Amino acid sequence: MSTDVQAGHFPAADWEGGTLPYRVGHRKLGMWLFIISDSLTFSALLMAYAYLRASNNWPTPFPFYPSIVFSSVMTFCLLSSSLTMVFGVSASAKGDKAGARKWILATIFFGLAFVVLHLIEWNHLIEEGLRPFYLPEHWAQAFTLSDGTPPTALFGATFFGITGLHMFHVATGAIYLMVVALRAKKLKHEDIEIAGLYWHFVDLVWMFVFPLIYIMSVDMHGALNH
Amino acid sequence: MTAHAEEHFAGTNKLFTSIWVILVVLTLVEILLAYKTMPIHIMLTILLGLSIIKAALIVAYFMHLKFERLSLILTLVPMLVICICLLFVFFPDSFRSSDLRYKFQESAPVAPAPAEE
Repeated sequence: MSTDVQAGHFPAADWEGGTLPYRVGHRKLGMWLFIISDSLTFSALLMAYAYLRASNNWPTPFPFYPSIVFSSVMTFCLLSSSLTMVFGVSASAKGDKAGARKWILATIFFGLAFVVLHLIEWNHLIEEGLRPFYLPEHWAQAFTLSDGTPPTALFGATFFGITGLHMFHVATGAIYLMVVALRAKKLKHEDIEIAGLYWHFVDLVWMFVFPLIYIMSVDMHGALNH
Repeated sequence: MTAHAEEHFAGTNKLFTSIWVILVVLTLVEILLAYKTMPIHIMLTILLGLSIIKAALIVAYFMHLKFERLSLILTLVPMLVICICLLFVFFPDSFRSSDLRYKFQESAPVAPAPAEE
């Protein structure tokens, strides 16, 4: 492979086969393309949420505790898991596969902590009476406008839909990383890097879900004082 | 080819830790913003701006895209941005239907009382 090719300059030989025009392996390119398409899945869901929110009376029910405290700690867990993952990839680049496995196990720990905290947070809302197509009765009363417009029951559908799909990605990622950790010694460095790409993507999606779903729906005026 | 690439992973752990610190600080700013009274569109703009900065830091450093070939970046990023922007085509309809939706009073949708166990 010619390594003297300057970035941004493409000689015809780059695209005539027998070389890697992007200088990444086909598996890594595949993961990047998957990440782009999965970004569009989440973009479409968040746009649908924005569409519904702009055209409805939207409830803003999240109290500081438990919702915001839990979601903030969950954000911290995911950010930290990304850091441990990048340490793992760094270790693997230096050929330290045992170190890489240790860091990946730390990543799995933070990922599972995220899922557990999120399920506890879901359970708070479910116990209050939130369902995909129903609001709890006291929410419906508290957020009805003065002209009698009720809050939309689609709150639950968007909340459980978006955070649920994200949680599914985290859980899938944790299983993926367990397989990678078990086989760390046999895998090439690039394969560990690819697992890292997926994990960072899951973190990235949460960087949009957390402010848009949680921060934008804080019960600031204490409409739900229970 | 890959034998050469295996040796190469730019960025030190110190750099990655400082990126993590920036991400945590930006998250704390977002949480503080949640308790500031301001018009919702200003809040949305600030939050989305912070989110895009955080996403860019994650993609550039953690996902290592900054250190990849320019041709890969140009293949992946612009088309994603364009596709996401195309989704904004739905918003005129959203604003239109907000005016149509509540012409008459409907009762608030409420969950049926849970069965006694």
